[in-house]
Amino acid sequence: MLAPAEWGIVLLSLRVGGVAVLACLPVAFALAWLLARGRFPGKLLLDGLVHLPLAVPPVVTGWLLLLAFAPGGPIGGWLESWFGVSVLFRWTGAAIASAVMALPLMVRAMRLSIEAVDRRLEQAAATLGAGRWRVFASVTLPLSLPGVLAGAVLGFARALGEFGATITFVSSVPGETQTLPLAIYAALQLPGGEGQVLRLAGISVLLSLGALLASEIIARRAGRGLHVL
Amino acid sequence: MSFDLDLTKRLGETEIACRIVADAGLTVLFGPSGAGKTSVLNMVAGLTAPDAGHVRVGGETLFDGAAGIDVPVAERRAGYVFQEARLFPHLRVRANLLYGCRGDGGLDVDETIALLGIAHLLDRWPRTLSGGEARRVAIGRALLSDPRFLLLDEPLSSLDRARREEIMALIERLRDAVRMPILMVTHDRDEATRLGTRVVGI
Repeated sequence: MLAPAEWGIVLLSLRVGGVAVLACLPVAFALAWLLARGRFPGKLLLDGLVHLPLAVPPVVTGWLLLLAFAPGGPIGGWLESWFGVSVLFRWTGAAIASAVMALPLMVRAMRLSIEAVDRRLEQAAATLGAGRWRVFASVTLPLSLPGVLAGAVLGFARALGEFGATITFVSSVPGETQTLPLAIYAALQLPGGEGQVLRLAGISVLLSLGALLASEIIARRAGRGLHVL
Repeated sequence: MSFDLDLTKRLGETEIACRIVADAGLTVLFGPSGAGKTSVLNMVAGLTAPDAGHVRVGGETLFDGAAGIDVPVAERRAGYVFQEARLFPHLRVRANLLYGCRGDGGLDVDETIALLGIAHLLDRWPRTLSGGEARRVAIGRALLSDPRFLLLDEPLSSLDRARREEIMALIERLRDAVRMPILMVTHDRDEATRLGTRVVGI
């Protein structure tokens, strides 16, 4: 079975992935909403920007994050002067990289589910006296929830597999930023690391498979009009 | 004056023009399909904005293009029974019925449920209902939102004969006893002549 250090890697990965997805969730939902329902100039550009991490090499995304979050960078400088913190070489930075890489997948899934909500039901709710917020909270959100959850799980799977952007942005610091893929890569570089590679790779496959299955089950239930909650 | 409508709306290729001045009672909108009857109901409910004209119901102006008045849908208090039931699929029948409930005023909840014969459906999910059952629940949901007027889009289609008779009696009661202004769309000449205080062609 896994050695304590390997359990630490798994837990770190889960923490990085979990925090990334939770932090990403409201942003992704807001973007999905804008793209599904909004009518504004520059919508195509926003769509492109959101999907950019899917298209550019992850190492480029990591480098751009590095520029932004470096002590002299636009976001890094601000974090430094206001909170005195830096995310470089920290697990929080790994979570940021994972969140950025997971964002396009999450927005995509959520956007589809928002677009699939029958607007006529929202109209019916409005005629029954429900204002904008009540329509959103009582009709739109519950009906798009399966897609939102499926998107979150998919994002989590993507976050667990993040490699290129993370290693470029926050490097591979054992116990801090060395998530599963980074640890596997590091173990591959060492002579006699095959056993560890095998164990960590196995865990990776199991985690990803679990997340994908969960996403699929949620999406299927939603497709049959069942309730996920 | 219950309904005072003067509406024009261009929807794609069709031009909808509708002028109705109706006193109390039930006004039937009668006409071939595609004439824009449902669009008129949507404009009265506030779901579609007319290009010009006005909508006044019971003396209250809900829309006036010239004066720039457009009361939001949620504040118009229309009891709109759509052609399709449009029940909320994620809520049970009971929650659907109570969705627009304002607490006091309007019809009694238990009485309405009994009247529509839907007491045995309260714990069911909408997707398990037959067309007629869903229609009755939709009517109940509209009535329980304590509406100031009713918009009925083919409310009797897809109902069996017995149920149809009951719903007709209910509509008559709302028309005569509650004296609620009702605007109803139908294809059926019998329904139009029996229920309509007046029939308006479109």
